Amino acid sequence: MNPEKVAFGFFIVPALTLNFGFFIGDIDNPDHHHVSELFAVIIVNLIATVIKFGDRSPTGAVLLATSLVAMLQLIAAALVWTYAVHISDTGMTPSTMASIVSLAGGAMIANVVSVVLLVIETVMLRR
Amino acid sequence: MKPVVFLVLRRMRAPLLAPIAAYAIAVVGLVLIPGQDANGEPWRMTIFHALYFVSFMSTTIGFGEIPYAFTNAQRLWVLFCIFLTVSVWLYAIGKLIALLQDKTFQRALAERRFATLVRRLSDPFYLVCGYGETGSALVQALTDRHQRAVVIDIKPERIALLQLENLREFVPALAADARQPHRLLDAGLSHPLCAGAVALTNVNATNLKIAITAKLLHPRIKVICRADSRAIEANMASFGTDHIFDPFETFALSLATRIHSPQLTRLYQWLTSRSGMPPAATRPPPAEGRWILCGYGRFGRALHKHLADPSREFIVIEAQPDRTGRPTGAKLVTGPGTEADTLEQASVCDAVGLVAGTDDDANNLSIIMTARELNRDLFVVARENQSENHGLFFAVEADIIMHPSTVLAERIAELLGTPLLTEFCHQASHQDDDWAGRLLQCLEAMVSDQPLAVWETRIEAEQAPAVATAVETGTHLDLATLNRNPRDREDRLPCLVLLRLHGGEPQLLPDAGQAVQRGDQLLMCGQPWVRQRLAWTLQDPHALAYVLTGETRDGFWHLAANGRRFG
Repeated sequence: MNPEKVAFGFFIVPALTLNFGFFIGDIDNPDHHHVSELFAVIIVNLIATVIKFGDRSPTGAVLLATSLVAMLQLIAAALVWTYAVHISDTGMTPSTMASIVSLAGGAMIANVVSVVLLVIETVMLRR
Repeated sequence: MKPVVFLVLRRMRAPLLAPIAAYAIAVVGLVLIPGQDANGEPWRMTIFHALYFVSFMSTTIGFGEIPYAFTNAQRLWVLFCIFLTVSVWLYAIGKLIALLQDKTFQRALAERRFATLVRRLSDPFYLVCGYGETGSALVQALTDRHQRAVVIDIKPERIALLQLENLREFVPALAADARQPHRLLDAGLSHPLCAGAVALTNVNATNLKIAITAKLLHPRIKVICRADSRAIEANMASFGTDHIFDPFETFALSLATRIHSPQLTRLYQWLTSRSGMPPAATRPPPAEGRWILCGYGRFGRALHKHLADPSREFIVIEAQPDRTGRPTGAKLVTGPGTEADTLEQASVCDAVGLVAGTDDDANNLSIIMTARELNRDLFVVARENQSENHGLFFAVEADIIMHPSTVLAERIAELLGTPLLTEFCHQASHQDDDWAGRLLQCLEAMVSDQPLAVWETRIEAEQAPAVATAVETGTHLDLATLNRNPRDREDRLPCLVLLRLHGGEPQLLPDAGQAVQRGDQLLMCGQPWVRQRLAWTLQDPHALAYVLTGETRDGFWHLAANGRRFG
């Protein structure tokens, strides 16, 4: 067992699961999406991205790319949230919530690709 | 990507993960701990405010307790966070900067930058391996002729020197070992625009390796090598290295030419000079009499071989004749040439010439000064080993100063830039000195006080489409017709065909009646404007028809040909 692979899986899978947890619920209902969950998603995704640095395996570059895409989407979602709550006068509206959740949904797709690639790579290694 | 880039990225993991974790802990704590607003009402920090606070706290900027003064519970947490985040921040930043400054990483970046620069070159270029005295003189000569070069040298300080050099063209350079094939590939060996590889390092084995690599990986390009020994030269020639230069042999030959054919030398100098002005007349070397040769190393031996002539008597001065070998057909005086004793033993007082040819500049200067004291009228030839000593040799007023590296570099630059000129010089060296003198007078009359331009023309569709098509269809066109002015065919252009390469067969100063054929290469010289004028005839079918038959046709050309009447 390679401890590096354990750490790898340990962060890549929660990056997806937490992301899913934030995403699930009515898209424009602020009660269904909690800010601390978005925070956790961002932190776990950041860690997953950094862990993918310097991976020379053939899928390493694609894995890093998917993580970077997820990060871009999540940071965009966090910025929209910050703008809505702290800067704009209207506060959180259902439409803002919908755009935040859809950005996070995009990040989730990237995370799904990441996990699928990880599974494929593991299966290839087994043979 | 290079492995070192992965390694650096991998090493960046810890310094990036540490601040992420520390910031996350600090932010979560600040969000969870209840606080108060300005009116004492309960208030909780949002993630946004917490991240803002942690960011300036960890970098020790410290804007204060924003947005409201903290409660004691918050302060306790912040106290803990300060030690955590500040130390993590310092660790991460220090580590990242150290990684970016890592020598191997920096080298990998430099190599990548170099390979990209070379890949983007859009003009033909030469790959020069070795940037010593000869290499730097060659790069200077090439860039002066607006040719591009790429340089590899094993010593980083030489590459740094190149970047300080004031060259006309940008020269990508890399400090690397040219023996490694992938370095040569990075330097553009397999680039479609690579026109040639020049191996000028001072290690024979390296030059050999470069020649083999070039011949195997890009067989079409010209490979030019420096070789100090016969065995290496034969080895290089065996796999088809195009030109091999022995620096001592080349230098001795050109020095010998300067001594026994001064007119020919002036002709070369004029044809190869960049300014195009005739070289100043210098004191002619004495044709016969006794010569003293100081230094009998590789250079001395080669010079003796080329200068040997019944009209000249030679006395060789050598400090260590057992090491260098004894001359045949010349008297030997053992001792340093720097001392008056030795020079007097070599009867310097009734000698006509002296060659200070040791490999040490201080000794050469000393020899010249001592010899001049004993014999004022001595014709002195100096070998200058280091280019930084040029001023000293100039001050000692030697009649001929020659720098082996410059001579070699000029030869190679000429070979790369105008190969026909090299062929011309080769053919001309079989002629006697009077022939050169007559040609010089002829050229002087032709250019009057204009500079002399030398250029090559190839009778091919690309450079001379009109002429190439005409001779293809059977039109008889001789050199004299080509020489007519396309503005007024009774007028002759002030230019001369120095050499014609016809089917690989060189013809020195071909007759004016010779017919031009497709595939001919011509080496021409004349006043600079003639080159443009001649291009009209070569490229425009109407201009060609006019110089051939005298008839003009309607059209744009008609106006241009008679431009003087209209303009």
